[in-house]
Amino acid sequence: MHNKYVRRRRAVLAALVGVSLILLTAYFGESPSSPLHTVQRGIVQVLSPIQEGASTVLSPFRDVANWFSQTFHARSEVVQLRKKVQGLTDQLAQAQNAEILNRQLSREVHLDQLLNVDTYRPVTGDVIGRDPTLWYETIEIDRGSNDGVAVDDPVIGDGALVGKVSTVAPSVSFVELITDHSVNVAAQVQDRNGDSGLLVPAVGNPNELLLQDLPHIVPGQPGPQIGQLVVTAGYKAGPLDSLYPRGIPIGQVSNASENNLINNNEVQVSPAADLRHLSVVQVLTAPHGGSIRAQVP
Amino acid sequence: MNERTNLILRLVALAFGAVLIQEAAVSQITIFGVTADLMPLVVMSVGLLCGSMAGAAMGFGSGLLVDLVFVQTLGVTSLLYIAIGYWSGRVRELYDPSHGLVPLAGGLAATAVAGIGMALIQFLLGVDAPVSLLLVQQIFITILINTLIALPVYAIVRRILGGAVPEDPRRRRRRAYTTGGLSPLKRPSEGFAPIPRSSLK
Repeated sequence: MHNKYVRRRRAVLAALVGVSLILLTAYFGESPSSPLHTVQRGIVQVLSPIQEGASTVLSPFRDVANWFSQTFHARSEVVQLRKKVQGLTDQLAQAQNAEILNRQLSREVHLDQLLNVDTYRPVTGDVIGRDPTLWYETIEIDRGSNDGVAVDDPVIGDGALVGKVSTVAPSVSFVELITDHSVNVAAQVQDRNGDSGLLVPAVGNPNELLLQDLPHIVPGQPGPQIGQLVVTAGYKAGPLDSLYPRGIPIGQVSNASENNLINNNEVQVSPAADLRHLSVVQVLTAPHGGSIRAQVP
Repeated sequence: MNERTNLILRLVALAFGAVLIQEAAVSQITIFGVTADLMPLVVMSVGLLCGSMAGAAMGFGSGLLVDLVFVQTLGVTSLLYIAIGYWSGRVRELYDPSHGLVPLAGGLAATAVAGIGMALIQFLLGVDAPVSLLLVQQIFITILINTLIALPVYAIVRRILGGAVPEDPRRRRRRAYTTGGLSPLKRPSEGFAPIPRSSLK
C-alpha cells in the first residue's frame, strides 16, 4: 500500500515536470503566431474582463497602499528635485533660444511639424495589471486591436517613452517596458554633438538604463554630461524604420564617467517616467504616419 | 460531492483568486522598490496543508496560469512551483511540522527558490541585456517581504481550504492531546485515571 503510494507520487511528479519541460521547449522555439502563443492570447482575452473588474474593485486598496509608499518616496525626493529645478531653469532659457533657431531651420527643409503626439493617433489606456517577476517588466492595458493597437506600437506615459506593445488581444494588450530585458531603443543624447547609441536596460535595476555603442571619444574630448536629456533617435536606414518616432523623451544621463565612456562607449540613463507607478499610458497607433520625412531628391 | 472533488474545486478557485489579486493589486504596490509575490506562498501553503501530490499539482496549475495570464514563457514558472509545492508537501509528510512558525520558514525557502530559480532559468534561456548586481538585492528584499507576509497568507489559505484539507497536523496533534490518545509523546501510565485518596487508606 505504502509502496503503491510512493510510486504514484513519483509518477505524478515525473509527469508534471515532463509536461512543464515539453511546454517550455515547444514555446521557446515557436514563432509568435504558433498554436501555443495563440492559445495564450485566447486565454488572456477570455480572462481580461475578469481582470478589468478585479482591477476596478481592488483599486481603492491599491491607492491607499500606494499613497503611503509614494508619500515616503516624495519626502526623500524634495531636496533632489529642488536642485534639479534650478538646473532646468537655466537649460530652459538655452532651449528656448535653440527652439527658435530650430524652427527657422526646419521650415527650410519642410520639417515644420513640431513633435506633436496627436499626429501619432494616440490611444489612451488604463493599466489593469502588472507582472510581479523581476525578469518580465510588462504591464497590461485595457486597449487592444479593437482600438487600433498593434504589436510594436510605441507607448508613452508620464511624459516619456515607457515601452512598446508586445502582445495584442482584441480588448487588452501587454506592454514591454523599456526596462524589460528584451527591449532596445535607438536613442540620442541632446548634447552639442547629438551622440546616438542603443539604449538597453540593466536587468534587476528598474531605475537605470545603459546607452551603449556611443561614438568613440578620446580623453579630453567632450562627451555626454550628467543631466542631459536622452530622446528616441527615430532612425531610418533604407527600408528599415525605427519603431519609435524621433524626439520622444526617454530619460536623463545619470552617470557619464569618462572612464566608462572611453572604455565601454556607454553612459547610464535614468528613465524620465516613473515606471513602477504608471496608471494611464498612451499607445501611438500611427508612429510613422504623422511626420513628414525629409526626402533626398 | 466527495472530499477529493471539494478539495480540487477549492484549489482551482484559490489559484484563480490569487493570480487575480496578484496582478490587479499586489503587483502594483511597491515596497522598497519591489513587489510581494503571493504565488510561491500560496503554493507552499497548499503543500504544507495538503501534501506533496496536491502541492505539486497546485504548483503546476498555478505556474501555468501565471505564465498564461502574464504572457511569459510557458513552463518556466510551472517548473519552479512544482518544486516548491512538492517539497513543502514532503516536509509535511516526513516531519509532520506543528510549530506555528513553520510557514514563515517555508515562505522564506519558497520565495528564495522562486527568485533564484527564475534567475537561473533566465540565464540558461539567454539574456540579451546586461544584468545589474541590484538584482541580487531585489531578490533579497522580495524574500524578506514575502517572509513577513507568509503567516497571514498561510492562515488565509488554510481558511479557504477549510474542511477539505486532508488532515492538518496541528489539528491532529491537538485532537490527540485533548482526547487523551494517539500521542506518541504520552506515557502509558498517564492514560489511567488518578488513584482516589480513599483507596490508599
